[in-house]
Amino acid sequence: MTEAIVEPEILEPIIARFNGDPGNLLQILIEAQNALDWLSPATQGFIARSLDLPVTRVAKVVQFYTHLYDTPRGKYRVLFSHNITDRMAGSPALMAHMLKRLKLKRGVVSEDGLVSVGKTSCTGMCDQGPAILVNNRAITKLTLRRIDEICDLIRAKAPLANWPAHYFRVEDNIERADMLLGSAYAPGEALRAAIACGPTGMMAEMRKSNLRGRGGAGFTTAVKWEACRDAPGDERYIVCNADEGEPGTFKDRVLLQSFSERVFEGMAIAGYVTGARKGLVYLRGEYTYLRAPLEAKLSEMRRNRLLGMSICGVPGFDFDIVIHMGAGAYVCGEETALIESLEGKPGHPRIRPPFPVTCGYKNKPTVVNNVETLCKVTEVALHGGLAYAGTGTRQSAGTKIISVSGDVERPGLYEYPFGVRVSQVLEDAGAYDAIAVQISGAAGQCLTPQEFGRRIAFEDVPTSGSFMVFGNNRDLFEAALNYAHFFEHESCGFCTPCRVGSALVARIMEKIHSGHGARYEFNELTRISQLMSTSSHCGLGSAATNALQDIMKKFPTAFDRRLIKRDFEPGFDLDAALARAREVSARDDANAHLDAHLAEGADA
Amino acid sequence: MTDIPNTFNLDGEPIRFEPGETILQAALKAGHFIPHLCFSPEFKPHGSCKLCIVVVNNRTGSSCAMKALPGLEVQSDTPDLNHRRRTLLQMLFVEGNHFCPGCEKSGNCKLQALAYDLEMFNDHFTHFFQPREVDASHPDFFLDRNRCINCELCVRASRDVDGKDVFGLAGRGRNSHLVVNSPSGKLGDSTFAKGDKAAEVCPVGALLPKGQGFKKPIGARLYDNAPISQSFGVKEEV
Repeated sequence: MTEAIVEPEILEPIIARFNGDPGNLLQILIEAQNALDWLSPATQGFIARSLDLPVTRVAKVVQFYTHLYDTPRGKYRVLFSHNITDRMAGSPALMAHMLKRLKLKRGVVSEDGLVSVGKTSCTGMCDQGPAILVNNRAITKLTLRRIDEICDLIRAKAPLANWPAHYFRVEDNIERADMLLGSAYAPGEALRAAIACGPTGMMAEMRKSNLRGRGGAGFTTAVKWEACRDAPGDERYIVCNADEGEPGTFKDRVLLQSFSERVFEGMAIAGYVTGARKGLVYLRGEYTYLRAPLEAKLSEMRRNRLLGMSICGVPGFDFDIVIHMGAGAYVCGEETALIESLEGKPGHPRIRPPFPVTCGYKNKPTVVNNVETLCKVTEVALHGGLAYAGTGTRQSAGTKIISVSGDVERPGLYEYPFGVRVSQVLEDAGAYDAIAVQISGAAGQCLTPQEFGRRIAFEDVPTSGSFMVFGNNRDLFEAALNYAHFFEHESCGFCTPCRVGSALVARIMEKIHSGHGARYEFNELTRISQLMSTSSHCGLGSAATNALQDIMKKFPTAFDRRLIKRDFEPGFDLDAALARAREVSARDDANAHLDAHLAEGADA
Repeated sequence: MTDIPNTFNLDGEPIRFEPGETILQAALKAGHFIPHLCFSPEFKPHGSCKLCIVVVNNRTGSSCAMKALPGLEVQSDTPDLNHRRRTLLQMLFVEGNHFCPGCEKSGNCKLQALAYDLEMFNDHFTHFFQPREVDASHPDFFLDRNRCINCELCVRASRDVDGKDVFGLAGRGRNSHLVVNSPSGKLGDSTFAKGDKAAEVCPVGALLPKGQGFKKPIGARLYDNAPISQSFGVKEEV
């Protein structure tokens, strides 16, 4: 096991590779941990001194990101995806099995310092779960047998690189392809088409296309680009938001795995139009396995003059892309938190305004676009804005990729023109007994069968793409409890309503789950939700109880059957609290139980 | 072109402002109180405590971070907003471990003063009872994290005024906590000194001078005689 000794020969080359730039602190910490398994106080001190930073700055970052460890977590760090779809696919039983096999408690490292097993937020493998991460490498489609094999490999101390390659295979599962997933693509074609239009012409096409951001909020992309282009500044940046953390979403994973040249060309086109010369991809830590192929793709594009200096031979069109890794923080999907993270800081959302388009990365004008949005840019370049606007609905042009998971026969990606009905998606995916669909993840809305006629579009049901289906044997309370835990874990802690509110909601949900909640608790949830949704600092807090409120309204029986009939009951079990006293006094007769006394009191 | 006067309406009353000022800055300067904890006129707005929320055009925002604009209709002293503020205070009270009756800061504490002013009669929520570290290693000051409300005023004062960077807020969510920049993590091993700006900005009793105790008796303290809404410009005597 790693000792708390500083290893300059390991750390110095890492720091040098990042030019000793404090702005790369998060990247340096991630690589240091890859080499040393954890970030000891000595390691943190060494990095702080090398970068000339206060050690508090380093500690802040280490303690903010869940995949960075300031205590030893073993040579093998196993994390089970805690998303509701992984749970529905059986992950709790698999985790219990693994803990038993390895004789471990959850979150506690084994005595020999070899292995720890814990939980993590959705890993984006919902179509092929249950999934785990081992040292940030995804393993999908787990079974009891596979868990046994993994336990054996860990006990034999087999290096991860020697584990069977098929464990790490991640399928695309494209079930319905349209404009984006189904069309042939010649590298460089979109870029050349954009260059043929010129920067102003391409911007005009973007305006005509009415392309709106695919991350969920649906802001018009051309407006963002124009604001960035027109903002004063000597440098501009194009950021690709690949922090796909919304539970149940995995479309960006597939786009980055099999369509990455379109993402990168979209970024280069954005650079061409806005005058930015540098692009950054913020890739979530859960998708670490994509890093090497993405780097290879970037090199290939540089060789083909689709990136770098004088792209496609156009003098002055210089644009290149670097990849930054995340380390387990859902809030970094919020664009200003993402920018903070790119700058090597904890992902606390900034005060807005100013918006990133005028004051973003390094306080320079910055466009932040979703992975899918950038792919759509290549369609606009290739076919023109008007043709693009010809599909979909009036306010939602083009096609949308939906990540379907949960109780369906064929989970995977489904691409439709905007405006598709929820029922159509359900039918195509083979969902025959759905009682609910959670749209747009834990921050979205929960639809009932009466609402399955509604359409996926910004004017009806907007979505970042998550589509989790619940069959008729499912208990929606379990989903609501899962979301409550998710937000308690993912709240960045900056503002009071979200930091304390998300923790209070989780506690109240646990109280109801344990059978001690009354109507009072039910009402409290609504009260706290109202405060969080109106008064939080960013979208995470204001959307954190959306799904909970939807489930409370639309599935009241999921709550009612758990609520006790009294007005209120304390959160602790008085009789259970006497267990220790009974043990000491070696008594277990009726009079040693509180219930008997209470019942007597009631009779009297 | 006509001159648009630089005034906005706060609960119906016109407030003059200098271009660039925030709603909270202008309101306080004009003698109108909007509750706040993480704001101090001497520092850049932070916007984390959310006590200073106001409603402008049906949207809630932190008045410390919203620029004043001519003609804005700003609501602040309304039953709804005061109810929300009361809930926020209750959240802060149950999150930390605040023992007003035995606290040296009692009477000079902004959290307590706001709770009185907004008529918070109980904590309402179940207490978290989180273990929080107390650090008495410094010769002149206690650092009692039990009372910390994560306002980061000491962080900002130490970084921006003292140039020392003694404090930082680390951790995530409800695990957020103050960390000290020293080899041991103890305040006594840091460069923190009693003359620092950071030593005088704590709105609660998290950074507390030693050797003061109850020198000034309860009853004669800053907020004992006038509620915070009427004495907000006055400074605590140290």
